[in-house]
Amino acid sequence: MKISLFIPCFIDACYPQVGISMVKVLERLGHQVEYPEDFTCCGQPAFNSGYWDEARAVAEKVLAMYRSAEIIVGVSGSCGAMMMTFYKELFHGTPLEAEAKAHAAKVWEFSDFLVTKLGVTDVGAKFPAKVTFHDGCHGLREVGLKKQPRALLAKVQGLELIEMDAAESCCGFGGTFSVKFPMISTAMGEVKCDSALKTKADYIVSCDSSCLMHIQGLADRQKKPLRTMHLAEVLAKQ
Amino acid sequence: MSEREQILGRIREALRVAAPKPGLLSGPGQRVPPHEKRPTDFRPWLPVVGDSFEERAALFAKNSAELKTDFQLVANRDELQTKLLALAHAEGWKKIATHAGELTNYAFAALGLPVVQTGGRYKLDELESSDAGITECDALVAQTGSVVVTTRSAGGRALSVLPPHHVVLARRDQLLRDLPAAFTALKQRYGSSYPSMMCLITGPSRTGDIERILVLGAHGPKKLTIFCM
Amino acid sequence: MSTVAQVFKETARRMTHDLRHRSWIQNALGKYYVGRDEKKARFQNWQEARQAAAEIKWDAVNHLDKYLEQFVSKIEARGTKVFWASTGQQACDYIVGVAKKHRVRSIVKSKAMTGEEIHLAQALEKSGVEVVETDLGEYIVQLREEAPYHIVFPAMHLTRHEISDLFNKKLGSAPTDSPEELTMIARRTLRKKYCAADMGISGANFAIAETGMISLTTNEGNGRLSTSLPRIHVALIGIEKVLPTLDDLALFLPMLATAGAAQAVSCYNTFIAGPRQEREPDGPDEFHVVLLDNGRTRLLADAEQRDTLHCIRCGGCLNVCPIYKNIGGHSYATTYMGPIGSVLTPHMRGLTEWKHLSFASSLCGACTEACPVKIDLHHHLLQNRRNAIRCKSPWWEKLIFQGFVTLMNHPLLYRLGVKLGWFGQKFHGLVKGTKLDPVYAWTQSRELPPLARNSFKDYWRRKQS
Repeated sequence: MKISLFIPCFIDACYPQVGISMVKVLERLGHQVEYPEDFTCCGQPAFNSGYWDEARAVAEKVLAMYRSAEIIVGVSGSCGAMMMTFYKELFHGTPLEAEAKAHAAKVWEFSDFLVTKLGVTDVGAKFPAKVTFHDGCHGLREVGLKKQPRALLAKVQGLELIEMDAAESCCGFGGTFSVKFPMISTAMGEVKCDSALKTKADYIVSCDSSCLMHIQGLADRQKKPLRTMHLAEVLAKQ
Repeated sequence: MSEREQILGRIREALRVAAPKPGLLSGPGQRVPPHEKRPTDFRPWLPVVGDSFEERAALFAKNSAELKTDFQLVANRDELQTKLLALAHAEGWKKIATHAGELTNYAFAALGLPVVQTGGRYKLDELESSDAGITECDALVAQTGSVVVTTRSAGGRALSVLPPHHVVLARRDQLLRDLPAAFTALKQRYGSSYPSMMCLITGPSRTGDIERILVLGAHGPKKLTIFCM
Repeated sequence: MSTVAQVFKETARRMTHDLRHRSWIQNALGKYYVGRDEKKARFQNWQEARQAAAEIKWDAVNHLDKYLEQFVSKIEARGTKVFWASTGQQACDYIVGVAKKHRVRSIVKSKAMTGEEIHLAQALEKSGVEVVETDLGEYIVQLREEAPYHIVFPAMHLTRHEISDLFNKKLGSAPTDSPEELTMIARRTLRKKYCAADMGISGANFAIAETGMISLTTNEGNGRLSTSLPRIHVALIGIEKVLPTLDDLALFLPMLATAGAAQAVSCYNTFIAGPRQEREPDGPDEFHVVLLDNGRTRLLADAEQRDTLHCIRCGGCLNVCPIYKNIGGHSYATTYMGPIGSVLTPHMRGLTEWKHLSFASSLCGACTEACPVKIDLHHHLLQNRRNAIRCKSPWWEKLIFQGFVTLMNHPLLYRLGVKLGWFGQKFHGLVKGTKLDPVYAWTQSRELPPLARNSFKDYWRRKQS
């Protein structure tokens, strides 16, 4: 199976270890991966802000870049949702509509790919820690991630998962929403941090670094003892 | 052009462009294959109800308990009379309101209290000051613990909602399985000449408008008692 | 930015800092979630039920002309007077006219969001008629002279003490901290109003085409009293409320109650087919149905968002919305608040002025998931954003996104940008958190993650070589 990776722009720039972890896990499972180095961004920031023409300009390049790919695996529920769900809307009624659909069918989010496509839950990871899991909204509601990450966490040696209240409620990031309405975004983040703190877990784990960026940024500012970690990083631990 | 024609005209103009079918954008956890024709049988999705009378009665009793409806199965008229008298005594009824009907006639005769009849025109304050409104009904619905009343079966519009205690007298063959059955029964009974008001009553009047705390008897009856014979 | 947008931001800022409000609303809705999930679980298949409800609404809305005409001809045949209103003003004028003609002095009103939408109570009061809201929550906010906080729970934001003080001041009742006693004070007061009222006003949850009936849902019984005792009943109904058949209610009544109030079905579901008929002892002598367009046909013409007319006003999307829960119902300053309000209001009151509501969302999709009739709410928020930007975009923002395209579509430029950013972030500390900070909107309340020394692309290159 030829696996093409997509590494979202902010993971490339701020959280490379998340992408590296995914590569490690996939290689550990004996898969070959390739990475189109020209990939930068899926176009979601423009799309969510109403700039659909601009989003299309970026997304068209993405479609072209992965045209020959068989399977595309990415390390973000949100950017995955952009390609799986929202590209179809973005290209609706354009000549690229069919290609957007074909592209969507090839895209997998990392944890879903492991569990659903490969049928793997035990990746040989070991991480003695208490964690709680945050369901990123896009992963949860657009991609359908709920059981998959939990199935993977259950097989990590030494790891204890403590569910928080309202694991499914939004962390308040929401892309440009977080800077257009920082007060609302921050309040939502505080609610999230509070429910995570109540579990007394060592780490908040999620399939989306964007949510974690928001949660960590807020916790650091408010000096809350919260640490965040992407699921891929947990799975890479040995 | 009349306003009616203008509005209908705008609607027809708008509908010239077809809208996408529903559910196409649903996320994976919510996706359901669309139906070819719009569904008319909802039973496969609504809450389950057993087929036998016993199962229906048990479910009705369970729903009643949850709703704080007092539901009592009575074997015959004697038992009905005993229980009604006990209730009247316990609550200290001085005046009741009712309408003419086979069961209600029997009940008010048995109670021997002053009575306001809502069969014809009646005085509103007389009804308002009654301690209980005793009515018959069209049906009971096991699935939801509801009583179906209409202006014809229950002595008009106000009798079943104005007095502080609503007492329903029903026969066991009126205990229907579910909501679809209730609407079918209403259609069969009234066909093209419906009463001006029909109502599905589910428990005594309630509100949660203050701090989401349940209080019974917001505007309608504080108590609902159902005798099923 | 429009003035309403500025007011929205200011109110939202105030509300999000109000921690008492935050925990109050979280607690109030906590019970709702438990009850709703329990009632949902009783359905054999909630998702199938949603799809079916959506398909039925789709049928109704996409054949609206046919079903409306059927509804009207059936209900007129039973002696109901039907008035078609293109605008809120026309509807108000008509109802004021009916009140004048019959020398109406007092009106009892059952909860109707359409009434809020067209400011009906204000129009009637201006003509000298007393209008009393009878839904307990609505009555409370009416006494406070404020707008409902929620579509279904209008006084959810108030404590029993605030309500006790209000009743004490306005009704002269003795202070109490018992919700039960407070409810009984309202009951006694409103009883007199029902008995004295000349006219009752209601909305409708559904209008049944097949049989020519309106369906009215309440828990308190105020809907029944308002439509039983006064000699005139006026129902103000949005044209989108039609359902094809009476049987459809077997699906819609439990779904409305489950999503809206965490109940299996509401206490009183009343179907009204006309004024008092011959041989009936009571009920109004006249029954008027006012069919309200007020922008609905404009929404109908937008095929992409036509499903917003499926809305049954259950309030389910408000209850799950993290934005609503943090800023509260009054911040929106709209008739319909929460996600459905953020989708609808730009259509009804103008996109330019109200687009901020469509941007004030994290697009989490909880609303779409909660909607019993499957309105694609968060997709519509995205479409509103697109439409707003097509209409008019701030030049600086346009520039930013053009820059974004250039950067993302030129990988070399992108890599250079990341490197420059890494270098530049060393100096960020000088301005961080001040108004000179280019990312102040973020750093005012959060730390920014540092750009990595080596990006993933760097890692990949080394790995390949």
